[in-house]
Amino acid sequence: MSQADLTMEGHSTGLTVGPAFSIPTKKLAMWLFIIADTMTFAACLVAYGFLRNGTPNWPRPFHSITNVALMTFILLTSSLTMLIGLRSARSGDKAGAFRWIMITAVLGIVFALLHIREWLELIDEGMTMFKNPWGTGLFGASFFSVTGLHLTHVTCGVIALIAVGVRYKGGRYNADDIEVLGLYWHFVDLVWMFVVPLVYLLNLTH
Amino acid sequence: MTTAEEHKSSGIRKDLIVYVCLLALAGLQFVIAYQNIDASQMFTRMLAVAIVEAGLAELFFMHLWSEKRAFLLFVVIFTVAVLLGMQYGWTDSFRMVTGAPFSK
Repeated sequence: MSQADLTMEGHSTGLTVGPAFSIPTKKLAMWLFIIADTMTFAACLVAYGFLRNGTPNWPRPFHSITNVALMTFILLTSSLTMLIGLRSARSGDKAGAFRWIMITAVLGIVFALLHIREWLELIDEGMTMFKNPWGTGLFGASFFSVTGLHLTHVTCGVIALIAVGVRYKGGRYNADDIEVLGLYWHFVDLVWMFVVPLVYLLNLTH
Repeated sequence: MTTAEEHKSSGIRKDLIVYVCLLALAGLQFVIAYQNIDASQMFTRMLAVAIVEAGLAELFFMHLWSEKRAFLLFVVIFTVAVLLGMQYGWTDSFRMVTGAPFSK
């Protein structure tokens, strides 16, 4: 043990100990971020549920599930393409990995465009953050907050996919970086699984 | 076929199976949305399906299943404990609907 690893009392500082849970530091950092972000989304969804439950005239503005079903399909498929990209990277197929990561990014862009189109349709119908034609104004605030937070995550994910993909192709990043990015992308997909039933399906017009 | 390619194709097969399961579960949520049941029942069923979906995605897509068990327990116990901690306010939410007991 070197002198630098000892404190003044002569105890080990722990610098020579391996990473926690034997997980690479970057991956552990991403997991800790995901756990923290889970709390953010959970807080938003619990607040949304609190308001929805406590507000008698809660609007049910959604007439069709076509758009949200398509968005769900695209996001789930993008998780699969991300996995294939990671497996390609692990097997040393650099071109294949880059191709699948870019396909994932394109699916993310399509998801974001569909989401924005849906927002614009709702805005056209008179919905804003503070009022809507169907009932309490709280609906617009909570809907745009929850879906906006998710859309922000998707947008950041797409930017990260392109940046990491290009750097991976250029040799600056390796398969481990793709795996760390994949964790984030799957998390974005995972959150959507809760947003869809709570924000969309429970507010369908029957 | 080399060993690496065999490993890759068997891994993709497993991913595809999980993907199809997730699609089916997502479809089930849409079916539940059109059931003739009250909102609380619908919420419970959809949430149960979403939790199963999230579990599958975490274990297999995010490879939590292949990590050390101690890490899996760390993630699950920590996350579940905080999520449960967030549920303290529901009684107040119901009070907003019924107006009781504070408005009387």
